Amino acid sequence: MLRHLLTSALLAGLASGLLATVLQLAFVVPLIFEGELYETGARLHFSATGSPQSRVGHPSIWVEPARQIGTFAMNLVTWSGFAFILIAGFAMAERAGRRIDTKSGAIWGLCGFIAIQLAPAAGLPPELPGSVGADLATRQLWWMGTVAATMGGLGLFAFGRGAIAYGIAALLMILPHAIGAPELDTYYGVAPAELSAHYAARALAVAAASWAILGAVAGAVWSRPA
Amino acid sequence: MIKAIAKTRASTDVYAIALTAMIGLGLIFAAGFSHAAGAHDVAHDTRHAIAFPCH
Repeated sequence: MLRHLLTSALLAGLASGLLATVLQLAFVVPLIFEGELYETGARLHFSATGSPQSRVGHPSIWVEPARQIGTFAMNLVTWSGFAFILIAGFAMAERAGRRIDTKSGAIWGLCGFIAIQLAPAAGLPPELPGSVGADLATRQLWWMGTVAATMGGLGLFAFGRGAIAYGIAALLMILPHAIGAPELDTYYGVAPAELSAHYAARALAVAAASWAILGAVAGAVWSRPA
Repeated sequence: MIKAIAKTRASTDVYAIALTAMIGLGLIFAAGFSHAAGAHDVAHDTRHAIAFPCH
């Protein structure tokens, strides 16, 4: 049992970490580099001249290859972490009589995306470098609470029965947003709004694709004949 | 006897599942939430890309 759990999680984690890195380097990291031009002041938007126009374009992301290797390594660690939790969820679901395969695995993966990226992003949107936010520890606490409540809600929708269970599930998922994420009373953004918006949408889209891949691969390796 | 073995096996499974989940949490916290400067620098782009609260 333990061997099957660990090997499935490692295989799915490494495969999805690799694919997530490829997607991030293609679609997300260039926008991080572009955001850093504004974070460092190398490029100014609404500068002293008052011009609201800034050139579109990012520097090469390969000027420091070590940085991309770090991103690759950290993606392997992070997506393996997600994979271990997902596989533990599969094992619990199978004990409750549910079957897991590649397709249901992908749906589990998309639920992971909802719980770990989409729901927290509704309060704390993905941050372009240079964004100023509320106190970090407070934001991390709200993030964790939101992930836990959303996971609980999704779990109740999937495994609960009856109107009361579904009602509690909906309340759990709404609660963190009713409380509200920690935020500042001032906007500090130095980057163009278009760049920030594009970045947030890209980060979420790439995360959704990566989670779908993780779920499908995890479902396939978990359900393979021993 | 068989029932007892099945019961032991079932609780071993629960420990194995719990251990797997704990490893997962450990990996996510190390990569995503460690405040150590070294961890932050290497993980910077990953944290931004997957929308973890970063700094």
